[in-house]
Amino acid sequence: MNLKIKYFGMLTEVTQCHEETFLFSKSTVLDLLDILFSKYPLLKEKEFQVAQRQILVSRNTIISDTEIALLPPFAGG
Amino acid sequence: MSRYNRHIILSEIGQEGQDKLSLAKVLVIGAGGLGCPVLQYLAAAGIGTLGIVDFDIVEESNLQRQILFGMSTLGENKALAAKERLEDINPTISITAFPERLTAINAVSLFNNYDIIVDGTDNFTTRYLINDASLITNKPLVYGAIYKFEGQVAVFNYQNGPSYRCIFPTPPEAGSVPNCSEVGVLGVLPGIIGSMQANEVLKLVLGLGNPLSGKLLCYNSLTTETITLTVHKSDIEISNVLDKKDSFQDNQEVFNCETNLSEISIENALLKENVQFIDVRETHEQPKVKVVNPTLIPLSELEQHFDKIDAEKDIIIFCQSGIRSKKAVALLHKNNIHNCYSLKEGALAILEHYNPN
Repeated sequence: MNLKIKYFGMLTEVTQCHEETFLFSKSTVLDLLDILFSKYPLLKEKEFQVAQRQILVSRNTIISDTEIALLPPFAGG
Repeated sequence: MSRYNRHIILSEIGQEGQDKLSLAKVLVIGAGGLGCPVLQYLAAAGIGTLGIVDFDIVEESNLQRQILFGMSTLGENKALAAKERLEDINPTISITAFPERLTAINAVSLFNNYDIIVDGTDNFTTRYLINDASLITNKPLVYGAIYKFEGQVAVFNYQNGPSYRCIFPTPPEAGSVPNCSEVGVLGVLPGIIGSMQANEVLKLVLGLGNPLSGKLLCYNSLTTETITLTVHKSDIEISNVLDKKDSFQDNQEVFNCETNLSEISIENALLKENVQFIDVRETHEQPKVKVVNPTLIPLSELEQHFDKIDAEKDIIIFCQSGIRSKKAVALLHKNNIHNCYSLKEGALAILEHYNPN
């Protein structure tokens, strides 16, 4: 499945992009994060939540949609 | 009253809606980038009772985005300066300024006097405190937060809806997420996000439209993209907070997840009589700052060198920009060294102070 992954806030400083697509053949959000962590080791130190089809989901959710977003908390005001 | 004519002629609002606004009581925490537009629009709209909590003072670097202030209010407390400006915009409403920090001690009693809480703060310590106190007092919370060119808006704790902890259960590690003073922010961004917060408040009061409850709106000012994520309620996270209701005031340390509260400006640092400056940058980092005669201990080695810290003095820790120094303060706090501060804007602030352009 070809996933489109969107990155928000400070995560884009780690990935150097707002969005990317790549082929994903495994199962859960956790599997996806394993791949992303090996691609971007610094991502591991960041706090963020994952959304699938614009719904925030837990790490053990099975990926069934091509639209994924990684969202960090923002402090500023 | 002609002041509210443009509201009243809207059939969705009318005199009845305007009366609802005038009976509403809204507490805005933080009169900064977000708080200023929120307060400006709520005061102008005729929200009858407004509370403003902010302990901070107006600095020149605030004027790029904090639109209630000007040169004439530099150095004044933000809550008091905002109140004065808002009373000029709308003298018919009641405004109370609380020129103090929001704490676990004062939050619940303060929240009890209002219908809706607005979060316009700039640090996680206070954001989690506000979320939990809103839950405990059963008040809807209109949340906004910004980072560089992006913002988030949501309504939490509304009619048993999700809370902030349903998205981010625990605060991030100290110093891991920078705020505007560290990384900068596009001046108009808090204007946009704060105006969206004001809009959510008005919708809640008027009972119009769909409140942004169970949603998290994410806005990017560079791409003009908006994405609205669905947030599910986590009953566990909510009951964890409510279970601690009775001991809430004693749990101050729970909210010391971040060390924003221990930040200091170079001006205030130099007012202290007996200080030790510590440079936690790596030894190769430039520029060197000899003028304050710092002790050099890179953050990576700090834990092995507590003996170099003079417990009799106030400790001012600096790095390049003020992020690592916060981690250092958190580390020292953890090891029961409490009289320490992270220097705002780091080494550059010192150099600028001694060699202004």
